Amino acid sequence: MTQDDIRGAVLSVLTTIAPEVEADDIRDDALLRDQVDLDSMDWLNFLVGIHKRFQVDIPEADYATLRTLDDVVRYVGARQHS
Amino acid sequence: MIEFTMPALGADMEEGTLNEWLVAPGDTVARGDIVAVVETTKAAVEIECFHDGVVGELLVPVGETVQVGAPMATLLSPGETAPPRTSTTPSAAPVATPSAAPMATPSAAPAATPSAAPAAVPSATEPPHRRWVSPAARRTAESLGVDVMTVTGTGPQGAVIISDVEKAAASAKKPEPTPVAAPATKPKPKPAAAADRASQMRKAIAAAMGRSKREIPHYYLMHEIPLEKALTWLTEHNAHRSITERLLPAVLQLKAVGLAAQRFTEFNGFWRDDNFVPASGVHVGVAISLRGGGLVAPAIHDVPEKKLDELMSDLTDLVARARAGSLRSSEMSDPTITVTNLGDKGVDAVYGVIYPPQVALVGFGKPAQQVCVVDGGIRVVTAMQATLSADHRASDGHRGGLFLAEIDQLLQQPDVLEK
Repeated sequence: MTQDDIRGAVLSVLTTIAPEVEADDIRDDALLRDQVDLDSMDWLNFLVGIHKRFQVDIPEADYATLRTLDDVVRYVGARQHS
Repeated sequence: MIEFTMPALGADMEEGTLNEWLVAPGDTVARGDIVAVVETTKAAVEIECFHDGVVGELLVPVGETVQVGAPMATLLSPGETAPPRTSTTPSAAPVATPSAAPMATPSAAPAATPSAAPAAVPSATEPPHRRWVSPAARRTAESLGVDVMTVTGTGPQGAVIISDVEKAAASAKKPEPTPVAAPATKPKPKPAAAADRASQMRKAIAAAMGRSKREIPHYYLMHEIPLEKALTWLTEHNAHRSITERLLPAVLQLKAVGLAAQRFTEFNGFWRDDNFVPASGVHVGVAISLRGGGLVAPAIHDVPEKKLDELMSDLTDLVARARAGSLRSSEMSDPTITVTNLGDKGVDAVYGVIYPPQVALVGFGKPAQQVCVVDGGIRVVTAMQATLSADHRASDGHRGGLFLAEIDQLLQQPDVLEK
């Protein structure tokens, strides 16, 4: 899976949680939760969606490192190759 | 014979539109079964039956809007047989049917099904099943001429959402590639129906909140609750679990409020006819903001009796269904106290408006680091502001303070909350 594939899939998980979001409007390097109105339940559902889509484990201790779209894409990429 | 009437699904509901019958005459129903789907300004609500019995007649056809309290169907008690039918079949008019219905003669003939009834019955008698369709999707389906029953749902819990309907509509007329069929473009669901719903919901909220502030003499209290113990407990608890089994702090708050409300009964119940009526169970309403505006506050039932895992799955399910616009009648009508939490990115404190006829609302602000004096020394601790909005007709500030302190104490003992 290329970075672009991962990015597209992450965005599709995000738009499932927040249907009003335009995927094209999401900036890679800005805080996701500043760009999209996600409460703690939405955020958990987003990460559960990532977990299910990519079969990656996301320990709670890692939540804090996942702040931007870019963070999430890299995180998933690193775990898929290992 | 029992009359099944349009239930009041909250103080702000005056009428509802029948979307679907999930039972047919002759069906045996039990208390709690979902028998119909009614559309209100807030959601398509699954209506639960209050009695055991056999469905006699369906009095309201699909698509009809009736007032709260209007008869929708008749039920026969177990063992009761259908009353002799008069030749004039009752019209489906929702106006009050003769209230003194003839008592059925108890000539027990259980085999005789009331087969005469179906003539008057509206056609939509699908087999009982649970199918969630968001109200917006339902309207879109109507305008596009799509049968929602044939659409595959991809929303939360398999709910049919707007994009599903639009996909179905697009694939139905394949030759002409419509813009919605393009995979990358997101549907821009801002038809008149959605705007109409939003304005309806705004009106309903305005009515309920206006009534609250006119009728309820609110008083407000605030109490700072240290969260170190609860959050440390939660971190340890979640560390051993897969992401699908982890708990959110909101669940600890819910349980603490539920247990405290069980002990401080004057905050758990209703103000009716100039009296406080305590509720028998503790059903905590959870304020859920909807994407695109508005909110609902459906209940999680019997909170004090539930373990945290169960509350977490109930909450996840409730939020998903509230946002998909699909709730159950008991969830809408049963809250005995409400909790609002403006989120971990939100404000420091929230002073809520009580949802009548309830008498109390507990608000939680975001957890934040505070400088505190602990044992004579200065420390930085994580804390949140808990507030109580309460009806002064039903309780006094002194007890309100104790109630908030009880919530504090419970949050210092996560092991107690877990049970």
